[in-house]
Amino acid sequence: MQETACNPEADTLKPPVINVGVIGWVRANLFNGWFNSALTLVTLYFLWKVVPPMVRWLFLDAVWTAGSEACRAADGACWSVIKENIRFILFGFFPYNLQWRPLIAMFILFGLLYYSQDRTHWHKGLGYAWILGLFTMGLLMRGGIFGLESVESGKWGGLPLTLMLSVFGLTAAYPLGVILALGRQSTMPGVRWLCIVYIEAVRGVPLISLLFMSAIIFPLFLPEGVSVNKILRAQAAIILFTAAYIAEVVRGGLQGMNRGQYEAADSLGLNYYQTMRLVILPQALKIVIPPTVSILISAFKDTSLVVIIALYDVLKTTKSVISDPEWLGFSREAYLFVALLYFLGCFSMSNYSRRLERELNRD
Amino acid sequence: MNEQEQEAAAEVTQPSGEAIVEMIDLHKWFGEFHVLCGINLTVHKQERIVVCGPSGSGKSTLIRCINRLEEHQRGRIIVDGMELTNNIKKIEKVRAEVGMVFQHFNLFPHLTILDNLTLGPVWVRKTPRKEAEETAMYYLEKVHIAEQARKYPGQLSGGQQQRVAIARSLCMKPKLMLFDEPTSALDPEMIKEVLDVMIELAREGMTMIVVTHEMGFARSVAHRVLFMDFGRIVEGNSPEEFFTNPQHERTQLFLSQILH
Repeated sequence: MQETACNPEADTLKPPVINVGVIGWVRANLFNGWFNSALTLVTLYFLWKVVPPMVRWLFLDAVWTAGSEACRAADGACWSVIKENIRFILFGFFPYNLQWRPLIAMFILFGLLYYSQDRTHWHKGLGYAWILGLFTMGLLMRGGIFGLESVESGKWGGLPLTLMLSVFGLTAAYPLGVILALGRQSTMPGVRWLCIVYIEAVRGVPLISLLFMSAIIFPLFLPEGVSVNKILRAQAAIILFTAAYIAEVVRGGLQGMNRGQYEAADSLGLNYYQTMRLVILPQALKIVIPPTVSILISAFKDTSLVVIIALYDVLKTTKSVISDPEWLGFSREAYLFVALLYFLGCFSMSNYSRRLERELNRD
Repeated sequence: MNEQEQEAAAEVTQPSGEAIVEMIDLHKWFGEFHVLCGINLTVHKQERIVVCGPSGSGKSTLIRCINRLEEHQRGRIIVDGMELTNNIKKIEKVRAEVGMVFQHFNLFPHLTILDNLTLGPVWVRKTPRKEAEETAMYYLEKVHIAEQARKYPGQLSGGQQQRVAIARSLCMKPKLMLFDEPTSALDPEMIKEVLDVMIELAREGMTMIVVTHEMGFARSVAHRVLFMDFGRIVEGNSPEEFFTNPQHERTQLFLSQILH
C-alpha cells in the first residue's frame, strides 16, 4: 500500500513565503480578520500621533545642561533641573562636601546586591562580606570615628535613605513574615491567636498610620529622656507592616502544600523545625515567589511615605527641588526622573524574581 | 521472579518469637466515625503480614497508627518496646525505626534522589554526609536505580519513584517497614518491578506489614493475611488457609470480588 502521509525522504517542500517570516507574522497577528486589522490601524495612528511629539519633547528639543532661563525659553524637557540639583535629589541634606561617603556606601550596597544575585555565590564568605559591607556603610553614613566627621541621622536623606529603609526593611520583614505564617498555623492556641491578631490588626491600617504612630504615639510611651532614632522607628514600622502581608502570602503557600510531604517527613522521624526547614518551606516559599515579590516591590515604593514624618527620602527631595522658585514649573521632568529611579529598582526586583523562578523550576 | 523463587522467598525467613508491634484493644475515631474497633494484633520480628479489605475498612488507618501518623484514642500500641503516647521524643524515636512507603510515593520534589535518601540519616541519625551518601548509593543499587541518583523525582516514572521511596525508607535501617498500598497508583507494567523489590526485601528478613490488593504477592510472601472490614480484623490466617478456606462470609464475598 502506498504511503499517503508525507515521505520524509522526499524533497522538502517549503511553505509559501507569505505564510512565514516577518510578513507571515504580521499577517497572522496584526491583520488576521477585520476587527484585528481595524485595531492595528487605530493603534498605528495613535502611535503616530503620540510618539514623535514625545520623542521631540524628551530628547530632541530638550535642554540638557543649560540654566533655568534657557529651559524656560525652550520647548522641550528641561533635564538641567536634574543635573543642577542631582546632589540634593540623591543625598538630601547630607553635608555637601561629605557626599562622597553616601555615594561609596551606595556603591558597596549595589556591589553586594549584584554579587548576591547568583545563587552559586551563596556561601559563608558572602555572609561575612555582607556583615563587613553593612558595617562599612554604617560607618560611612554615621562617621564619628576613623577621622570621619560625624553626621547625625537626621541629615540622612535621598536615595541612601530610600535604599536603607527598603533593603533592611525587606530583608527583616521576610523572615518575620515566615515566622508569623508558621505561628498562625501553630497548634498552640496562644501563639496562633497572637499571630492572627497581629496580622489582622496590621493589615487593617494603612502604612501611613503606622508611621504616624511610630513617630508620634510611640515616643509617648517611652520613659522620660529616652528617645529612639526617627529613622529606626520608621524602619520598624515598615518591617512590621510588610511582615504581616508576607505572612498571609506564605500561609497561602503552606496551605497549597501536599499533606503527603508532611507525612513523608514525619515518617522519617524529622522534627518540626527540620520538616519546615528542609521539606516544607523550600517548596512553599518557591510557589509563592510571584506574590511575595509583588509585596516587596510595593514596600520598596511605600518607603516614600516616610515624608509624612519629615524624613527626606528620594521622592521628598525631588519634590523640594521643584518648589525652589528657580525651578518652578519643571515638575514633569523631576517626577519622570524619580519615577525612573523607582522603575529601575522595581524592575530589577521583578526581573530577578523571574530569573529565580526559572532557575528553581529547572531543578 | 518465577513461582519457585517466590516460594523459596517465603520459606527462607520465618518469624522469630519476639514481638515488634503489639496492639491491644485499639480504638480510633475520626470525629464520630468509629474507624478502628478493638484491634488486637501482634507482629513478630521478620514476620510479613498482608492486610486486605474493602475501602473504608480502616486498614490504612491501622498501619498509620503504628508510626503515629494517626493518633489512637483508646487501647495501646507498643512498637519495638516503646509505647506510643503523646510524648513527641518517643514518637520520633519510633518513627526512626519504622519505615513507611506511601501510595503516592511522597518523594521530596525539590531534592535530588540522592538528597532524598540522605535527608533522614543525616538529620535524624546524625550520620556524616559521606557515609549517608554511601548508604544511599548502596540502597539505590539494591532497588536497581543507582544511575538516577542525580535526577529529580519529577524526572522518574511512577515505578522508579516508588522504588526510590522504598530505598529512602531503607536508608534509615528500620526494624519494620509499612507499605500503604504501594502499587495502587502505578501503571500495571510498573507494578511488577516494585513487587520484585519488595519480595527481595522479604527474602532478606525484613519485617513488613503491607496493605495491598496484590493477592499474588500475599500468596507468595506473606506469613499471615488479615482481612479487615468495618474497623475489625475479621479473619487472619496463613495464605494457603486464607485463600483456599476463608472462614467468614464477608471474607468469602471480598475474595470473590477481587480474585477474578
